[in-house]
Amino acid sequence: MPRRVAIIATGQTKHAARRLDVNIRELISEAVIRALQDADLTMQQIDAVLLSNMEPFEGFLFPELWAVEGWGGYMKPSVKFNTGGTVGTTTAIAAYYYVASGIYDVVMAIGFQKQSEGHTQTAITTVGDPIWERSIMAGAIGNFAVMATTYMHESGVTEEQAAKAAVKARRNACLNEYAHLQMPDITVEDVLKSEMLAYPVKRLDMCPQSDGAVAVIFAEESKAQRLCPRPAWVKAVATAHEQQYMGDSPKRLAEMRSLIAASRRAYQAAGITNPRKELDVAEIYEVASFAELAMYENLGFCERGEGGKLIDMGVTELTGELPVNPSGGVMSTNPIGATALIRVAEAALQIMGKAGRRQVEGARMALATGYGGNAWTDIMILSREKP
Amino acid sequence: MSEESPMLRVEFFLNTEYHYAVGHYGTRFFTELRDHARIMGMRCPECGRVYIPPRPVCGICYRELQEWVEVGPEGTIVGWTVVRIPFIDPMTGEQRPVPYGFAIIRLDGASTSLYHFLDETDESKIAVGKRVRAVFREQREGSLRDILYFRLLED
Repeated sequence: MPRRVAIIATGQTKHAARRLDVNIRELISEAVIRALQDADLTMQQIDAVLLSNMEPFEGFLFPELWAVEGWGGYMKPSVKFNTGGTVGTTTAIAAYYYVASGIYDVVMAIGFQKQSEGHTQTAITTVGDPIWERSIMAGAIGNFAVMATTYMHESGVTEEQAAKAAVKARRNACLNEYAHLQMPDITVEDVLKSEMLAYPVKRLDMCPQSDGAVAVIFAEESKAQRLCPRPAWVKAVATAHEQQYMGDSPKRLAEMRSLIAASRRAYQAAGITNPRKELDVAEIYEVASFAELAMYENLGFCERGEGGKLIDMGVTELTGELPVNPSGGVMSTNPIGATALIRVAEAALQIMGKAGRRQVEGARMALATGYGGNAWTDIMILSREKP
Repeated sequence: MSEESPMLRVEFFLNTEYHYAVGHYGTRFFTELRDHARIMGMRCPECGRVYIPPRPVCGICYRELQEWVEVGPEGTIVGWTVVRIPFIDPMTGEQRPVPYGFAIIRLDGASTSLYHFLDETDESKIAVGKRVRAVFREQREGSLRDILYFRLLED
């Protein structure tokens, strides 16, 4: 039987478009030091460290090697992960496995990216198969745009409804001192009038590129109870993969097969039958406004085709029935290697009651997702109650 | 933190070339495309799905694929966009001229879809469900560029 595991501490940097004041090592250690302070631990008490980063973006290979003093890895057991948009949740799930297996007691997961130091749009284009897709898809934005038109056709979601999701994200971000974009006055009109990147995706429908890092500490049951007054217990984890080509999944955003499979597997493991009722908060990997609405449907927060209705009804607002991304989400902060691990950290903060002005009152069950271009999805469910 | 502060940066440029193997199945596909302007998919003996691009196994059934079938050259738009943001074409390293249309196209007889260019950039003229037809290059070389683009057919 796996051991019980909880998140006991988190640390984030101030995320921004350009953190020119620090190099990558310094950026990482900013998050690591905050997480250690949060847990009242020293690096010596961390048994193993796992790293989350997308290597080509900064043009560095083996960040675990060159940034070792930044992440406190000297002589530690360590592995670096590189699984695209999901990398942060992959790393969190691996940290859970490390502790649940009984091999290590206290494990730190670290995610980081300094997008200002490379050319993400070019690097991300290499996600596409070079023979069949790469020169057509126009990076992440073009790929999202074609998926969004399919989704609009299938569900009847409008550009206005997507814009509402974008507004919600940026307004929530103003309650999060670490968030990159702070746009308190943003309106639906602003989103609709922002520059058209690739129909129907406008500049304010998309996530930004950020510099930032996050660290999350996982511990086994007895240490978690000793070190943390209200740990965030890992209730369930799940991952699922699609086929490889972009054109393989039939309806793209309208039917995200890997998200459906992973979430249903996690709900079953956590004993959740009605996610909208039983989850108190969700931190999802919504790289674009249209994707957020599609994810509502695919996560089972509403019926198929009702993603737009859910945002219209305010269900996912901070004060709604199921707040989604009180942190401001990916649409406000996106240091890719850290992004999905920030979802986990924010979900943990909600359970721990440490989310400050973005706290969902009485949050007891939280969902975090990672998302890799429709092809693969990770889910982690955290709970106030021990699993 | 302040962007006005005199923080220093160093600059590097990396210019690399890549050469990707098209593989056994891709070679057969592109040879047919080059020599006969035919678009070929592969059918799964278990579920009957017809795959584009061609590949050795059905990802869902995990059965070996051996039967080639001709698909297209007409198809239906599943998703589309008109790209207006400038970006670097990874085939050339040069900036791609914008705007250009591209679509997810379900070729007739295929179960999966193909990403390709549309010869239309007027958003009001493109829609999911519209029919398109492949326009082939005169001098074909054995790559996806042998299809110049897909042309919208009249309703």
